[in-house]
Amino acid sequence: MTTSQATTGSVTTMEHEAHNPALLHHFSDAQQQKNAASLGMWLFLVTEIMFFGGMFCAYLVYRLAHFNAFAAASQQLSIKMGAFNTAVLIVSSVTVVLAVKAAEVGKRKLLVGYLVVTVLLGLTFLVVKGFEYNEKFERHHVPGATFKFTDTFDDNGKQIPVNPKEAELFFSIYFVMTGMHALHMIIGCGLFSVLAILSWKGHYTPGYFTPIENAGLYWHLVDIIWIYLFPLLYLISRHS
Amino acid sequence: MASKAASTENTAMSANQAPKLNYLNNGHSLKSWLLTTDHKRIAMLYLISVTTFFFIGGFFAMLIRLELLTPQGDLMQADTYNKVFTMHGMTMVFFFLIPVVPAVLGNFLVPLMIGAKDLAFPRINLLSWYLYIIAGTLFLHCMLIGGVDTGWTFYTPYSTVGSNTNVIEAGLAVFIAGFSSIFTGLNFIVTIHRMRAPGLTWDRLPLFIWANYATSLIMILGTPVVAITIVLVAVERLFHLGIFDPALGGDPLLFQHLFWFYSHPAVYIMILPSMGVVSELITCFSRKRIFGYKFIALSSIAIAVIGFLVWAHHMFVAGISLYAAMIFSFLTFFVGVPSAVKVFNWTATLYKSSITYATPMLYAFGFIGLFTIGGLTGLFLATLGIDVHVTDTYFVVAHFHYVMVGGVLMGFLGGMHFWWPKISGRMYPEGWARLSALLVFVGFNLTFFPQFILGYVGMPRRYWQYPPEFQVLNVLSTAGASVLAVGYLLPMIYFLWSLKYGPIASDNPWNAAGLEWKTTSPPPTFNFDETPVVTWEAYNYDEIPDVPLEAPVAR
Repeated sequence: MTTSQATTGSVTTMEHEAHNPALLHHFSDAQQQKNAASLGMWLFLVTEIMFFGGMFCAYLVYRLAHFNAFAAASQQLSIKMGAFNTAVLIVSSVTVVLAVKAAEVGKRKLLVGYLVVTVLLGLTFLVVKGFEYNEKFERHHVPGATFKFTDTFDDNGKQIPVNPKEAELFFSIYFVMTGMHALHMIIGCGLFSVLAILSWKGHYTPGYFTPIENAGLYWHLVDIIWIYLFPLLYLISRHS
Repeated sequence: MASKAASTENTAMSANQAPKLNYLNNGHSLKSWLLTTDHKRIAMLYLISVTTFFFIGGFFAMLIRLELLTPQGDLMQADTYNKVFTMHGMTMVFFFLIPVVPAVLGNFLVPLMIGAKDLAFPRINLLSWYLYIIAGTLFLHCMLIGGVDTGWTFYTPYSTVGSNTNVIEAGLAVFIAGFSSIFTGLNFIVTIHRMRAPGLTWDRLPLFIWANYATSLIMILGTPVVAITIVLVAVERLFHLGIFDPALGGDPLLFQHLFWFYSHPAVYIMILPSMGVVSELITCFSRKRIFGYKFIALSSIAIAVIGFLVWAHHMFVAGISLYAAMIFSFLTFFVGVPSAVKVFNWTATLYKSSITYATPMLYAFGFIGLFTIGGLTGLFLATLGIDVHVTDTYFVVAHFHYVMVGGVLMGFLGGMHFWWPKISGRMYPEGWARLSALLVFVGFNLTFFPQFILGYVGMPRRYWQYPPEFQVLNVLSTAGASVLAVGYLLPMIYFLWSLKYGPIASDNPWNAAGLEWKTTSPPPTFNFDETPVVTWEAYNYDEIPDVPLEAPVAR
């Protein structure tokens, strides 16, 4: 009864689209469904930007308020690991684009391959991030009772007067921002793992691969957030 | 139109004939409700849950009013009072006012009004209800294990280093409820962009749709910011970070900026959909094309945009610079303009029209009057000098209750009466409904008008006791709250009564324009048997013959 109600009124459309099992009943055609899904995804990305925006705002305010401490503390981050991770993420964005292309032309194995590589690159990023966090623990740069900050010299050996409380604030923000970013990476890795399995089972065809496209958009956003985090946290306070 | 035949069939329908399949009788199992993706059923789920939270919040309101009946702290001590007003505020703001109109009436009406079969993402719609329920359950649990006492605003550093109540759990509940509202907003925007019936162009959209569109914009742009703010409060409390703690280099003002960046626009999340309802009611019950359609539509968008630029007026005495305060004062006056545009256009619509004083229209009148008082006192508060005098007094409390309760609830109740025939297929009892509209109006004014005076003569908010000279006005306020409570209980009782005993409603009992009236009452699961094609402007009442309303009145 319900399906018969759904189909009345647009019989021709239904016959035309009958071969597409992915078309949901409340859309009139696949194009409308795809447009809705991608507009929805872009709006979701907007909410993500506003979410991270609050933290970027806090970063900006405190960097202006405690410039010296932020400069000194930021020099304690590992540029090598940060740069390596930046490169890893940029490459993973490329593999995502290639995965979307593979889905578009219907190359199933290639699609699965690119998705798996993307997940592996994401995991690489997380492992390196783990090593970085570990280093912070070893050097007592984790905010809390054991926090110590004595490295008040810049790269040229010049002394910077720093209030350790303010440096602790830098590390608080560092952990909150990179932690929230890492959480999004973990979600992204999970997402692509599921998509890889579904792709292997042949769920996606050149006529329907919206989830791959939308997950790709999500991954790019997470990348872009890192592209901002890296210079703001690691680079811009180093002038030598 | 197509429903003409269905309409006669409906009225001729007798008790032993099988009723037409509609969204209510299409499946009776619990599963068919809890796993539904039908926007109308989800709207009903929301209706039940927000009503529950309304009565929980109302219970706390009554406790507050009882405590303030006498100058002494005799019913409860200061700590308990702090928790009670906090939980009143949090329940009402996050679990009632924000979802009430969009998630109930919006959910029900947006697809119907634009001629769609459902919202664009029905499963996300269901998810957003479940998120709301999870958040609500968490919050109830938080209440039962001792509650929270920070005030609904979570101000730091009290919420991070001062309070020893369940701040994190309450914060988590608000965080999850926020995602529920983000998903609702996202769903509405996509639906309105992508799912409109053929011919339904943007300048033919009902104003309720415009209002919900503007609301959704605020939901998706503002809510994530309060979400991250609450996350920061939670991690600060958990790990003793110093993000908002001045002792550790942080800045509590930053918290207030981030919090009000969402929470001021949030009052527009609450009021805009009700304004949309009022636009529908005014034009239907004055049988006239709405005056200044484009201005009303765009004023919703203008409120959404300018509403994002006024947040610091909550912080005039918190230590922001005078220069910033002057700019925010100006912008606050400025955001009054689009609201005034609406009020003037509604009034102009009423001018020389044929007004019917049906219950929904009574609520619409109530809205215009009370919102005007609430809005104009907002301008008092935007004035820097007066704000210093009345900050944190009952003047502020009265002001926002005039907007939130006098505005949002009036709009919601008006909308519920207006669309009840469509929702339930039954008419409510008109006599009782008019009585309750009167009780709500009188009770409301009796509750909150004395609070303007109390605030002006200096009674601060959030105290459990007060000097004896304030007692007369407080007694009036408590008396009014009791009348108001009766006014709110009545509709719940007669709406439930009408589900079984109300006269059967026709498809279009108000003879109203709008696509939702062109399908059956209640609508079938996929709303329209045939996708409508729209060839007319919204509110073409001059083209609708002015036949007497067929609304049967139960006596």
